[in-house]
Amino acid sequence: MTFENIIVTIDGAIALIQLNRPKVLNALNGKLMTELGDAVEELDQNDAVRCIIIHGSERAFCAGADIDQMKSATPLVMLQSAWINRNFDRLRKATKPIIAAVSGYCLGGGSELAMACDIVIASESAQFAQPEINIGIIPGAGGTQRLPRAIGKSRALELILTGKFMSAKEAEARGLVSRVVPVEMYLEEAKTLAREIATQPPVAVRFAKAAVNKAYELPLTEGLEFESRIFHILFSTEDQKEGMAAFLEKRKPAWKGK
Amino acid sequence: MTYSTLLYDKTDGVATITLQRPEKSNAFDETMIAEMLDALRAVERDAQVRAIVVTGAGKHFCAGQDLSVFVERGQSPEGINFAAHLRKTYNVIVSRIRAIEKPFIAAVNGAAAGAGLGLACACDLRHASEQARFRMAFIGIALAPDSGTAFWLPRLVGLGRATEMALTNELIDANQALQYGLVNRVFKPDELLPRTREFAIQLAHAPTKGIGLTKRALNYGLTADLDATLEYEALVQEIAGHTADHLEGVKAFVEKRAPEFKGK
Repeated sequence: MTFENIIVTIDGAIALIQLNRPKVLNALNGKLMTELGDAVEELDQNDAVRCIIIHGSERAFCAGADIDQMKSATPLVMLQSAWINRNFDRLRKATKPIIAAVSGYCLGGGSELAMACDIVIASESAQFAQPEINIGIIPGAGGTQRLPRAIGKSRALELILTGKFMSAKEAEARGLVSRVVPVEMYLEEAKTLAREIATQPPVAVRFAKAAVNKAYELPLTEGLEFESRIFHILFSTEDQKEGMAAFLEKRKPAWKGK
Repeated sequence: MTYSTLLYDKTDGVATITLQRPEKSNAFDETMIAEMLDALRAVERDAQVRAIVVTGAGKHFCAGQDLSVFVERGQSPEGINFAAHLRKTYNVIVSRIRAIEKPFIAAVNGAAAGAGLGLACACDLRHASEQARFRMAFIGIALAPDSGTAFWLPRLVGLGRATEMALTNELIDANQALQYGLVNRVFKPDELLPRTREFAIQLAHAPTKGIGLTKRALNYGLTADLDATLEYEALVQEIAGHTADHLEGVKAFVEKRAPEFKGK
């Protein structure tokens, strides 16, 4: 895969996608978003890859959508191009876990990108904000929906209505990120986690991700039914037999992904 | 760098920031606050600076906020917004000093009161002249603690003594301060600066990255529980263990020679 605005590296069973527009603090434009969507789809299809990490630089995960690209856009142009949402949907449909490793600025579309991932690991320097209000718009890539689900309505609206920054520490306390580590360690921590996930039985990993994501979309009864259905399906896999046999025989399981 | 209320000197890897409004007991006015923030940016960016000494010119270290500005503004219709003032002054200064990964030593030459005490407390170490005096000062004008004193003082001297200092506004002398643990060392007045400087030069040749990580770990441990601190120590050690200075330290130890730390 060759890209201009991202760098994709496959490292054993994990894949890293680095947003690579350093001059504009990795701002999202149409090309980057399309490349990101392409890369995620391709990696999701690649059987050797078990977990994906999206990251930026220490200074900036992503400063948001490229305002230059939007300043003279009409509603129709935004609707028809839908360069952000179309590609966010492709990201959302990935079946493999995606970890956002966030350091520095994580603003607007950048914060929405992090929230569209499954797990967020942050460096101590990470700063989150939805500053769209300051330029006369609102978050348009899931921010108004995912942020309240992550940190609650009151807190989310305070951030969205003022555009103010939330520190990594606060983001951790509010549950937006699962862990905050020193800046020198954030990518390594994300890789360690990705490698650990990559050693787990792939079908169960895929189902677990699907079921947890349903928790944010379905009423409890339907969510529980969904869980129950896919739980039962796992008893048809070889990995379930292997996992339980290995547990009883006190040995490490050898997963087949079947 | 030239400032009107500070003297900024850089020699032998040590930056010395001298508060220089002796006619006002080195109290902070708007200019001194702006210049202090600028000096902090300078020490943070300048890789040659590997230790910082903060001291006061003349008889005193720092009398805290210059109240004359407040007297004028307090009588004007718009009054003073204390919270807004603190958020852009001492709150920033104190958090910058804690975040900069280089050692700060306060060389307290005379009285340190109010935000002056806050400034000394924010530093990593405090050296005092025998003539140093410490006072919370806030309650003397019916104010509550600010500039981080409510955080540092109980941690340095214990809650009982901190409360006593805050409520009675008593003046603590250098020896009491040493006994309390408020200062690390006490020197004869004319020895304070030369000895502190000597000490700072040693620190400037120490493994600065390791010192920075130490500062980070201590900052973290101040407000975290044991489990979280243990985890944080593990992460910080992972970083320290891969520094050039660590390799040099181990090599020098094996070769039975003094290590030459580069601060990286």
